Amino acid sequence: MEMNDLLQMARVDKALQDEDTAHLAINLNEVASKRLVPGLQVETEELDDGVAVDIVVEEDVQIDRRVHLCFGVTGEQAVQHIDMDVRLEPNASISVLSHCMFPRAVDVEHVMDARISVGENASYRYDEKHIHSEEGGIAVYPSAEVELAPHARFATVFELIQGRVGVLDIDYGITGREHSTLEMMSKVSGRHKDSIKINERGDLVGEGARGVLNSRVAVRDEATAEVYNKLRATAPYARGHVDCKEIIKDNGRATAIPIVEVSHPLAHVTHEAAIGSVDTKQLQTLMARGLDEDQATERIIEGLLS
Amino acid sequence: MGILEIDNVSLTIEDKKILDGLSIDLWEGHVHAVVGPNGAGKSTLAFTIMGLEGYRDIDGDIRYNGESITPLAVDERARRGITLAWQEPARYEGLSVASFIRAGAADADSDDIAEALEQVGLAPDEYMGRAVDDTLSGGERKKLELASILAMRPRLVMLDEPDSGIDVASLEKIFEGIDLLRSYGATVVLITHSMTVMQQAEHGFLLCGGQLVDKGRMETLLPYFEQECIPCGHKNVPDGGSDDGDE
Repeated sequence: MEMNDLLQMARVDKALQDEDTAHLAINLNEVASKRLVPGLQVETEELDDGVAVDIVVEEDVQIDRRVHLCFGVTGEQAVQHIDMDVRLEPNASISVLSHCMFPRAVDVEHVMDARISVGENASYRYDEKHIHSEEGGIAVYPSAEVELAPHARFATVFELIQGRVGVLDIDYGITGREHSTLEMMSKVSGRHKDSIKINERGDLVGEGARGVLNSRVAVRDEATAEVYNKLRATAPYARGHVDCKEIIKDNGRATAIPIVEVSHPLAHVTHEAAIGSVDTKQLQTLMARGLDEDQATERIIEGLLS
Repeated sequence: MGILEIDNVSLTIEDKKILDGLSIDLWEGHVHAVVGPNGAGKSTLAFTIMGLEGYRDIDGDIRYNGESITPLAVDERARRGITLAWQEPARYEGLSVASFIRAGAADADSDDIAEALEQVGLAPDEYMGRAVDDTLSGGERKKLELASILAMRPRLVMLDEPDSGIDVASLEKIFEGIDLLRSYGATVVLITHSMTVMQQAEHGFLLCGGQLVDKGRMETLLPYFEQECIPCGHKNVPDGGSDDGDE
């Protein structure tokens, strides 16, 4: 299997041929291809076990077309360490779709350490879609520390779109200054002995900062999920919400720990967490259309994670 | 022989008799109304015919096209052509309208789905990409549920309080949907205490306290219901038990 096969699997191969679309494709610890557009700087350094990436979006530059980052491991065994710095200068804007592809993984570890700085009035959208092997022989450790300057915007969605989770341990921390907005969403479905840990922290330290932490998780068989969402508001008019929904089936086990902390009388943070089996009425409605219980459950979970 | 025979069916939940020796035949291709005040056992009867969880441990028998369906699960009954629309339809986070409709019509393509939406007055361009979640109003979900049933082409469909949460203009679309079902040859059961809805039916069954009080053509049953049941001060909670209507 070659890198091109991975790109086809992720259906990103055609986008990467577009001369107006920026991309960076990394195969294990090698830069397979790179294309830049005006205002976007990407420096890379190949390491023994991965690649260091330094991304800058220059001041006042709005990159219209979505930028593709591709991180792949074509083999069955490997450790891939991506060390990434991202800096958006004031008034910059970028939307990134990150494809993380490990379809043959038997014993693969993918570690992402990111430091992200979003400048004043800048906007960064980061969507991460994973393709794993069906064996579940993968451990993924994405972590990021994000700093949002005043009026900055950051949104991220993590999704597993194919294959088994294996081990997933997400660790994101975001600090939001005045009138910044942050939004995090994780959507994962575990089965067999998959292990899912999601640790998301938001600190709303600036006046009028906004934050939402969302998690949607389903666990079946013997899979486990632990979701820690912590949202702290320490400034006037900071507003936040934590929302975690987890569906369990079979012997799946789920934990949700939403923590909200407010230390200013004019700040406001809410939370809701729901863990349980599939709602009976939802299930029976679909069964009354002819789906059996497993099919109906799958459809409900697909919706929740869509 | 009717398409559905309810033969001396009783249902007891938590020591309360909710249905009490009901015997009803439904005629294929006809529109029936099960009428009665709140608490009469109307919705319970529909849930029992559908075989929902908690409504299957009955005395008596229910036969569909001559076959006993009493031991069958909900989905097995549905695959034989029986379905139910709830008084308060379920919400599904993230589930697309198309995926919801395809639950009962696996082979439906986008044109089929658009047609079903149009039949209930939902513009396909506006609704096709939406989710069946709480961004839809109760009335929209009600129409969407009917669209899913039209796409399914069932043989026997029960509509629980089809006018609940529906404005006057939308109610006409619901009635048009009932006419479509009739034109497909489906047998329709309207669960209702609304005089307007009752008038859509040809045959009626009047329940009170979980028992069948009267039955007949609607033009004879309607005046009886209007004159005897509406003014009746009788508290219609079967044995003081479960309330009627949706969950």
